[in-house]
Amino acid sequence: MTLLYIALAIVACVGLGWVFRLVGQQLTGNAPYFRDMGLGSAFGFALGAVVLLWVVVTYYRGMTAEGQDANKYFFFLVAVHGLVAFSVLAYFFRILGTQIGSEGSKKLFRNMPLTASFGIVIIMAYAFVSLFAGQISVTTIVIVGVIGLVLAEIVRAGGDDDAAKGIGVAFGVAIAIMVVMYFVGPLAPYGQEEVLAKANVVPGGNPAMGGDPEFPLGTDQIGRDILSRLIYGAQNTVGIAFATTVLSFLIGGSLGLLAATLGGWLDQVVSRAVDVLMAIPALIFALLLMTIASAWAGSEKWLLTVFMVIIIAVIDSTRVFRLSRAVGLNIVVMDYIEAAKLRGEGLAYLIFREILPNATAPLLAEFGLRFCFVFLTIASLSFLGVGIQPPLADWGTMVKDLAQFINFAAFAPQVAAAPLLAAGAIALLTVAVNFVVDWMLHKSSGLKE
Amino acid sequence: MSSVLRIILQRLGLGVLTLFIVSIVIFIAVNLLPGDFAQLILGQGATPEAVEAIRKDLGLDQGLVPRYFQWLGGVLVGDLGNSFAQANFASFAGTNTATTATTVAAQIAPRFANTMFLAGVTAAIAVPFSLILGILAALYRNSVFDRVANVFTLSSISSPEFFLAYILILFLAVMNPLLPSLSNIYDGMAFGERLTRTLLPALTLTLAVTAQMMRMTRAAIINLLASPYIEMARLKGLSPMRVIVTHALPNALAPIITVIALNLAYLITGVVVVEVVFVYPGIGQLFVDSVKIRDIPVVQACCLIFAAAYILLNLTADVLSILSNPRLRHPK
Amino acid sequence: MSDLLVKIRDLKIEGRSDEVWNPIINGVDLDLHKGEVLGLIGESGAGKSTVGLASMGYTRDGVRISGGSVEFDGIDLLAASAAVKRGLLGKRIAYVAQSAAASFNPAHKLIDQHTEGPVQHGVMSKGDSEKDGMELYRKLRLPNPDSIGFRYPHQVSGGQLQRAMTAMAMACRPDLIIFDEPTTALDVTTQIEVLASIREIVEEYDTAAIYITHDLAVVAQMADRIKVLLKGDEVEEADTRTMLSDPKEDYTKSLWAVREFQRPAKPAVITGATPVVSVKNVTAAYGKVPVLHDVSFDIHEGRTVAVVGESGSGKSTTARCITGLLPPKQGVIEFDGTPMPLDYRKRTKEQLRQAQMIYQMADTALNPRKSIGEIIGRPVQFYGGLSGKAKRRRVDELLDQIELPGDQYHDRLPSELSGGQKQRIGIARALAAEPKFIICDEVTSALDQLVAEGILRLLARLQDELKLSYMFITHDLATVRSIADEVVVMKDGKVVEQGPKTEMFTPPHHPYTDLLLSSVPEMDPDWLDKLLAERGVDNIGDAAVGKMN
Repeated sequence: MTLLYIALAIVACVGLGWVFRLVGQQLTGNAPYFRDMGLGSAFGFALGAVVLLWVVVTYYRGMTAEGQDANKYFFFLVAVHGLVAFSVLAYFFRILGTQIGSEGSKKLFRNMPLTASFGIVIIMAYAFVSLFAGQISVTTIVIVGVIGLVLAEIVRAGGDDDAAKGIGVAFGVAIAIMVVMYFVGPLAPYGQEEVLAKANVVPGGNPAMGGDPEFPLGTDQIGRDILSRLIYGAQNTVGIAFATTVLSFLIGGSLGLLAATLGGWLDQVVSRAVDVLMAIPALIFALLLMTIASAWAGSEKWLLTVFMVIIIAVIDSTRVFRLSRAVGLNIVVMDYIEAAKLRGEGLAYLIFREILPNATAPLLAEFGLRFCFVFLTIASLSFLGVGIQPPLADWGTMVKDLAQFINFAAFAPQVAAAPLLAAGAIALLTVAVNFVVDWMLHKSSGLKE
Repeated sequence: MSSVLRIILQRLGLGVLTLFIVSIVIFIAVNLLPGDFAQLILGQGATPEAVEAIRKDLGLDQGLVPRYFQWLGGVLVGDLGNSFAQANFASFAGTNTATTATTVAAQIAPRFANTMFLAGVTAAIAVPFSLILGILAALYRNSVFDRVANVFTLSSISSPEFFLAYILILFLAVMNPLLPSLSNIYDGMAFGERLTRTLLPALTLTLAVTAQMMRMTRAAIINLLASPYIEMARLKGLSPMRVIVTHALPNALAPIITVIALNLAYLITGVVVVEVVFVYPGIGQLFVDSVKIRDIPVVQACCLIFAAAYILLNLTADVLSILSNPRLRHPK
Repeated sequence: MSDLLVKIRDLKIEGRSDEVWNPIINGVDLDLHKGEVLGLIGESGAGKSTVGLASMGYTRDGVRISGGSVEFDGIDLLAASAAVKRGLLGKRIAYVAQSAAASFNPAHKLIDQHTEGPVQHGVMSKGDSEKDGMELYRKLRLPNPDSIGFRYPHQVSGGQLQRAMTAMAMACRPDLIIFDEPTTALDVTTQIEVLASIREIVEEYDTAAIYITHDLAVVAQMADRIKVLLKGDEVEEADTRTMLSDPKEDYTKSLWAVREFQRPAKPAVITGATPVVSVKNVTAAYGKVPVLHDVSFDIHEGRTVAVVGESGSGKSTTARCITGLLPPKQGVIEFDGTPMPLDYRKRTKEQLRQAQMIYQMADTALNPRKSIGEIIGRPVQFYGGLSGKAKRRRVDELLDQIELPGDQYHDRLPSELSGGQKQRIGIARALAAEPKFIICDEVTSALDQLVAEGILRLLARLQDELKLSYMFITHDLATVRSIADEVVVMKDGKVVEQGPKTEMFTPPHHPYTDLLLSSVPEMDPDWLDKLLAERGVDNIGDAAVGKMN
């Protein structure tokens, strides 16, 4: 029966598409666009229009529905509102980008698709939240300042005054923000481990429905503030994933470029070892090693988290190795590398001065993808209960702990929001990074199609 | 043909060798555990005599190498050893709960079948669906359809499986009770019922792998569209569909096959999380439970099975891409 | 309606780069009559392929026709629907691409690709078309015409593929064929065969053709009329003989004049002088595949040795042996009379400095992420130990030597330079090491003729000023004629003949040298006819090479 309806709908869409094309042809005096339009594309347009119509109708019904009926549309409305809000935000961000900055960065923003601009906004927001979830310490500000000074001086000594100035400005802005945030205080209203008096407070902050304005997203089963845990989760989940990715790039990237440059037995040995390690699915291998690590760590929970970082970094570095070796090999065959070799240049010069500058673009894109992968692996491990360990708040664990609330969605949609928020927070960041990487890859591939 | 045969045999040999080395890696990894199994089984307060007895029983008093070959020999004839905690698992195994499955093999077998069923259903939906979508996206590249598809696929690739799973549960099980949110299947269930209960996890996995396969199919075809022989085909006055289907697709087969294999292999990883979400009695869930209670023989066996499936899929893809290459099929 | 087949008026085409539409063709007119062959020539970037494709109503991705009209046999191609155009393409208008190896679909047999057009256009049944294809293969003198069609493209050689593609273009007996540089990728001895068969079949079926090429001598053989393009504009048009004997425009004249650059011959080498480089009995292999057999020659101070041969003859491998990138299995490489370590890694900095290299593709020879100053400055610093101001002064001096003003070019990136300028930077980098000996690997073959000539003159001047010795690897005999002092002819990894240039270009020759020399097209429109009359169709090209072995 359902199948019959679907078939009917498709036939209707085909008919609609045919009419659409015919009308287009008549109205535009047989313009090439409509004249050469296949029935397939016409069908696509009709289908798109029908779907759009359905969304609008559902949205209207959701807005006007009342009581129990409104619950059905709760998540739909949230999704539509969220999408619209983020699109508008991304749109204005892109406009902002075309107005300020250097000529190069303005041009970059002009050609940026909305998805990439959306991605950048989200990544910036996550970075901000994860940096300032807790109270920022004076030591951090001083350390950042010293690093900035040293870096700028090194570059200045290298003779590049413009770059030194750029670094100075970037660090200056960063420190200014940190100082402001020092006085603003932590973003999270409560501590991540703080157990408060009320447990199981419903999100929404509406006392009539079991909420509490003190805890806008409610509290969990043992009375920890969900909003605070979400915010700290950004710091823990994103921070740990970032550190892991950096470690994995240090291992895989350097080995990969070295193997590509040197070739010979080193390349053979490492490549074969990587082949073997890659023959075991990443998550499975991680779970196996985590079993062993948990036995070693015993009751030292923080040690297990450190083990996890190392394990995932090593597993992931095999993928980084593959890519950086491939990128390196493409560069090594270039004549300018041959010229440098024949000049008698050493290995360090070859890698750092000749190869690396040409490998940054693909490696940067890969860093984004690897970060997503690592982030998802850690989230999955945490979700399965063997990842980031309590008392650290993290999103994967939160999803696992709050999951059963989803079953209440039909009569109290707010309750189901908590686990979805944690899972959504994970998805949003990876989607954002992927959007940006997709755009970077598209740009660097130079494909017009 | 002989050279193709030689290459294929080489790959097969390489696959077997890889599997052998992987088994060593897994064995060594497991033996990195502090103390040994005996202590692990008996816990902290065990008397040295009891530990010694179990060590003997498990053959732990022998060296690493003989133990490895003993284990490998067992694996080859289907004997995966005894589970540490068999009693705990019998109730989950889905099969006849009255008798206890004492060996690892007995625990894994029914669950393995369940997992294969889930993966099969997923593949049956995902592979044709993503191929068609990929070809369409390549045909209508840069159109509205292509861009919308791009955004959707990127989003679904980036989302963790449990997010997709809960979204599906929310909309298809809770808000609109169309499908059951728990996939408690058991032996002897009617096929239709079994399929209905498997559908939600299968859909989740489909969402996760379709996007990747579709994007790669599209990319593989579009990569070729810039090649001179495609221009030649267009200049012969062929229709766009024919250009794609008879000129681009045959040459894109190798990358597409690789992508399908990679994603079926990815199913293996995804299955773990999805089975946990839907409480689907498959090998993934058994694996996670065993990890939590450190039931080493089961972990070891599951790991080996996953790795073997992974290697086998990649090997199949390798062989198929070799066969799809006319240069190798028809040497000079 | 006259017999006018193609009528292009004020054609304007734009290309998209960096999000902006830039003009590529600025208003070109073109008339082609039935059965006529029009030669379209110009240097790279002249827009000749773009015009050729536009005459089929086709543009590549990222290119659009922005104005003018294109009519084929009275049909307005720019206004025609996609379906109407598809009906013409392949059936009445056909295309022969530059690289046949890339333009045949690797997944299908030749004959299946041949019959696809006629079957899809409903001209012939598959069976008839197959028979017809074999007939065409026979006419184009392909070996085994009845069975070659059942092979896959990778099983057939380049010259044969190019003829099979011509047959495919003929499959529907079109009124017009566009030949887009069909012989550019081929060796000279192969090219001549393809030229002969293309001309024959076009004449037989009285097909009109647009023949696009950058090679004047080739177009002289093929075309009835020639149109010269420069940067999207028409320079002039005339029938072939008039154009060759009496070009009107300065640009055309300069194109004709290129071939006349020739260095005066140098006095003979003093017998007994130590050569700068001496290659003695070198035998080399890639893995187990032998590539060089017992190669020996000397290069003396201030002289140029040209190493000539077709692709696969081992000329570049010889260079790799000398530089030490591919250590020979046997033999000795001597610099100034002393044997060098065979592996470059074992050579001293001083030894490495003495031999420098200039590459064919300037694009891959310069690191795209480094400024010109860094590229040239590195060897100055590395070998000369200069830094800071002294280094900058030396770099400017070198830029001056290659005729580029230092203050303008010092901070630019390679991507901001033209092909010829990039090649000059490559030369400057080699000079920066202050070497005695430079290997030039096909340094002019990727460049347009006028630019190439500038490079050759520069190299000649530098040689005189700095007493440099060159090993000049090339497949182009015109280049050899203009710059070499001595010539080494290579074939299949062996030296076939060697000696001073004057001797090499005067008979008697070794049979292979003779074939090579005779296969180079000349500017005489009757050259191909004469050659065919003299030798017969079976004694040119690969057939002749085959007889030699």
